Amino acid sequence: MASLASEFVGIKSPNPFWLASAPPTDKEYNVRRAFEAGWGGVVWKTLGSEGPPVVNVNGPRYGAIWGADRRLIGLNNIELITDRPLQQNLQEIKSVKRDYPDRAVVVSLMVPCEEDAWKAILPVVEETGADGVELNFGCPHGMAERGMGSAVGQVPEYIEMVTRWCKQNTRMPVIVKLTPNITNIVYPAEAAKRGGADAVSLINTINSITSVDLDAMSPEPMIDGKGTHGGYCGPAVKPIALNMVAEIARNPETAGIPISGIGGVTTWRDAAEFMALGAGNVQVCTAVMTYGFRIVGEMISGLSSWMDEKGYSSVSEVVGKAVPNVTDWQYLNLNYITKAEIDQEACIKCGRCYAACEDTSHQAILMKEGRVFEVDDSECVACNLCVNVCPVEGCISMRKLAAGEMDDRTGRNVPAEPGDWTTHPNNPAKVIAAQ
Amino acid sequence: MQNSQRTPGVVPGRLDQATYRQNFDDLHAPLDTHEARVAADRCYFCYDAPCTTACPTAIDIPMFIRQIQTGDPDSAARTIFDQNILGGMCARVCPTETLCEEACVRQVAEGNPVEIGQLQRYATDHLMAQDPHPYSRGAPTGCKVAVVGAGPAGLACAHRLAMRGHSVVVFDAREKAGGLNEFGIAAYKAPNSFAAAEVEWLLGIGGIEMRYGQRLGEGLSLEELQEAFDAVFLGMGLAGVNALRVEGEEHAHVRDAVDFIAELRQADDLSVLPVGRDVVVIGGGMTAVDAAIQSKLLGAEHVTMVYRRGRDRLSASTFEQELATAKGVKIVLNAQPVAFNSDDGKTVSSVTFAYTEDGPTGLVASEETFTIKADQVFKAIGQALSGVPGVLETEGGKIVVSDSGRTSIEGVWAGGDCASGGDDLTVTAVANGRDAAEDIHMALTGVTAVAAE
Ligand SMILES: Cc1cc2nc3c(=O)[nH]c(=O)nc-3n(C[C@H](O)[C@H](O)[C@H](O)COP(=O)(O)OP(=O)(O)OC[C@H]3O[C@@H](n4cnc5c(N)ncnc54)[C@H](O)[C@@H]3O)c2cc1C
Ligand SMILES: Cc1cc2nc3c(=O)[nH]c(=O)nc-3n(C[C@H](O)[C@H](O)[C@H](O)COP(=O)(O)O)c2cc1C
Ligand code: SF4
Ligand code: SF4
Ligand code: SF4
Repeated sequence: MASLASEFVGIKSPNPFWLASAPPTDKEYNVRRAFEAGWGGVVWKTLGSEGPPVVNVNGPRYGAIWGADRRLIGLNNIELITDRPLQQNLQEIKSVKRDYPDRAVVVSLMVPCEEDAWKAILPVVEETGADGVELNFGCPHGMAERGMGSAVGQVPEYIEMVTRWCKQNTRMPVIVKLTPNITNIVYPAEAAKRGGADAVSLINTINSITSVDLDAMSPEPMIDGKGTHGGYCGPAVKPIALNMVAEIARNPETAGIPISGIGGVTTWRDAAEFMALGAGNVQVCTAVMTYGFRIVGEMISGLSSWMDEKGYSSVSEVVGKAVPNVTDWQYLNLNYITKAEIDQEACIKCGRCYAACEDTSHQAILMKEGRVFEVDDSECVACNLCVNVCPVEGCISMRKLAAGEMDDRTGRNVPAEPGDWTTHPNNPAKVIAAQ
Repeated sequence: MQNSQRTPGVVPGRLDQATYRQNFDDLHAPLDTHEARVAADRCYFCYDAPCTTACPTAIDIPMFIRQIQTGDPDSAARTIFDQNILGGMCARVCPTETLCEEACVRQVAEGNPVEIGQLQRYATDHLMAQDPHPYSRGAPTGCKVAVVGAGPAGLACAHRLAMRGHSVVVFDAREKAGGLNEFGIAAYKAPNSFAAAEVEWLLGIGGIEMRYGQRLGEGLSLEELQEAFDAVFLGMGLAGVNALRVEGEEHAHVRDAVDFIAELRQADDLSVLPVGRDVVVIGGGMTAVDAAIQSKLLGAEHVTMVYRRGRDRLSASTFEQELATAKGVKIVLNAQPVAFNSDDGKTVSSVTFAYTEDGPTGLVASEETFTIKADQVFKAIGQALSGVPGVLETEGGKIVVSDSGRTSIEGVWAGGDCASGGDDLTVTAVANGRDAAEDIHMALTGVTAVAAE
């Protein structure tokens, strides 16, 4: 059986499934129960400086997007960092770590952007026996207005500076948590690396308004008639997070930096996808907030049976496996030509492919007598839209034309050798040397 | 409770009140909002949707389901009513398993269709629970139209005519409107006086005058109507019953199923309605099934439905047959009655049947017979045209009509069960009434509805 044992920046955990810094990790009671359920590690809910804790709103702090049967698809929150006293959190961290030495306990931190503030907090965290710290440069609401969270995370120079302060003031590994609320994720990642970060973790939540109450004319969640933007997370953000992880993994400046993948991880498969794109482990928040701690059981069994099936013996073999296949558009093979093909046996004759292609695409699907739908190869550009709208999985597939075969749309034979945009005759800037 | 299921003879009060209530309650509980959203989410919004093609009134089913899905049941209801003003009743009584839901691509694919009927009910109930009536009368045209019969065909016709601005007078032989919605449909399909409430709601459009106790052929003639009105629509259904002509038919407690059902539908208190201990129903259609099931629900101990042909010829749908057997009705096929027997010479005590075989000249009774104990017998071998003016051309027991409902007599239209071409369903009657109204409108004003809008 494949081993799920994980080592991330020197921190060992029995599996690569950690709980992200959030309500599930806000207190000892939760974290103990999470460890009993099988979670490999936690990033403790973000701590602030000594002094009176922050206060949260006393009205709703979540907004949500659901599917028809109330399946939670996206969650948005306006919660702040921990609102419990620092000393209490520190004591609890210490006691949990003492009782669960084999689990990862990383402490998330967010203090003002001054070196003294970081110098003050790092030693007290170290004292708890915690395995590392995660710098929360991501929180997009509330804390940002006070010059912390994403207000720091959006300025690469600050990231670099604060990371350096931390590295100089602690022996613990430093993980920098990145905000997705920026134009290009590689800049903050590069800054973290320059500052000496041991790893980056991403993504934190995305600025969002989940919905508008059309009676009250206020964004949700609504507090006394008003709302504010909150942080979006859950299954809906996974595609955005995956891309950001991949960008860091394949960027030459940041390639190789350990990444903790976060954002919409809900099942073992999501975790495997993050790891394939370069994440050394994953962190989970919304999925446990939706279903409770027990889901880790499915993640453990699912990842391990998939690894067995594929012949992977350790998680490190999976990490980054798909990164070499992430490329720029210009390098995609334009001589790879496919055509949609409908399996008439599987087709249930709903006509969705027809409506999609006829109304919005390339008029490449013909509706024939008796609701028979057929692809017209002379029009099909292989965009795949029909595949995506077809309710029957596997009913429409993309058939690859063999080299030498005629493409009925262009009237040209498929070239045997690949050819991309860099060398395409229509490209005014084509690379002559490549020919 | 004095009587039980085992009390011999035809007696009332075989069950306790709670059981009656439970037995005659909604066959399918209505969907709540969440269930409706989930059910609606299963619809694929098919292109040129097969369900719509299968609906005799051609409701834009994917559109109304999408409107439910997006939280707008009232617009969904309007989409339905635009095509079928009795969409509320149809949602309850349509044999969806042989209409829209049979054609649903999800039925074809996985044997589990989108619950179109239930969704239709969800939407129409939602809008009907609100005032005012959603349609208004068209600008008066000055034309007057007579509608004979206040069943689904007549009501749909009258409503569409009112929408187009004509004045309508509806004549019905009974004292109450609704036709078989009120007097025929199984009680558990439309409980809580839905039929009457629907008629009242429909008349909310205005411009429709109801005249009850007016029977065509009895003090009311077609000539009179043609004289006094600009057009006449006949939606009089099948008011007669086919004769059985079997020895002993005159014995007490041998009666027509439609009368029994009408009585049941009009009963305020089901516990006073007498029913036999051993009930035999003769026939294989919807009426037979409904009579059999409702006898059982009234507390009959044994109910046997006997049909003279094989299962393939039973006109009751598979769903109806399964419902009957689930309620405890025994279905006997390929047998026809040869005698109603009586122990005391007055009331029926048993029925003797002969097995039948398909012969070259039709069905033949074999020598082999069997006898079933019976203290009550319902005949449900088909309804027939009755009271139709002789001047109208008929064929196969129906008034001959064109696609738009025109009869052989100029200025007279017909639709529903009394007219040719239909399949004796509420929804077809509605389609016929609506289409005839549009044709009448065109004939009277020279404009098609589309051009008028
Ligand atoms: C027991 C039973 C159960 C049924 N169940 C279903 C079902 O579940 N689903 C379904 O879709 N269909 C069902 N049907 C069929 C459906 O009820 C009919 O197809 C439908 O009612 C036909 O409508 P109509 O308007 O043509 O006639 P009717 O509903 O029969 O209405 C005719 C009206 O005309 C009046 N009338 C008759 N003669 C005269 C006259 N001479 N002068 C004035 N008025 C007259 C009558 O009083 C009546 O009000 C059932 C029928 C029966 C008998
Ligand atoms: C209610 C809530 C509170 C959160 N609080 C914090 C926090 O204090 N510190 C932090 O770094 N991230 C916080 N997050 C972000 C999560 O750690 C995580 O990055 C994000 O939710 C994406 O992961 P998910 O899709 O699995 O939820 C919070 C998220 C939620 C839903
Ligand atoms: S792949 Fe695109 S162009 Fe081709 S048939 Fe499908 S939708 Fe049309
Ligand atoms: S979308 Fe799929 S199932 Fe529907 S008609 Fe097209 S190929 Fe058939
Ligand atoms: S056939 Fe079924 S899935 Fe398609 S539109 Fe009709 S109800 Fe929806």
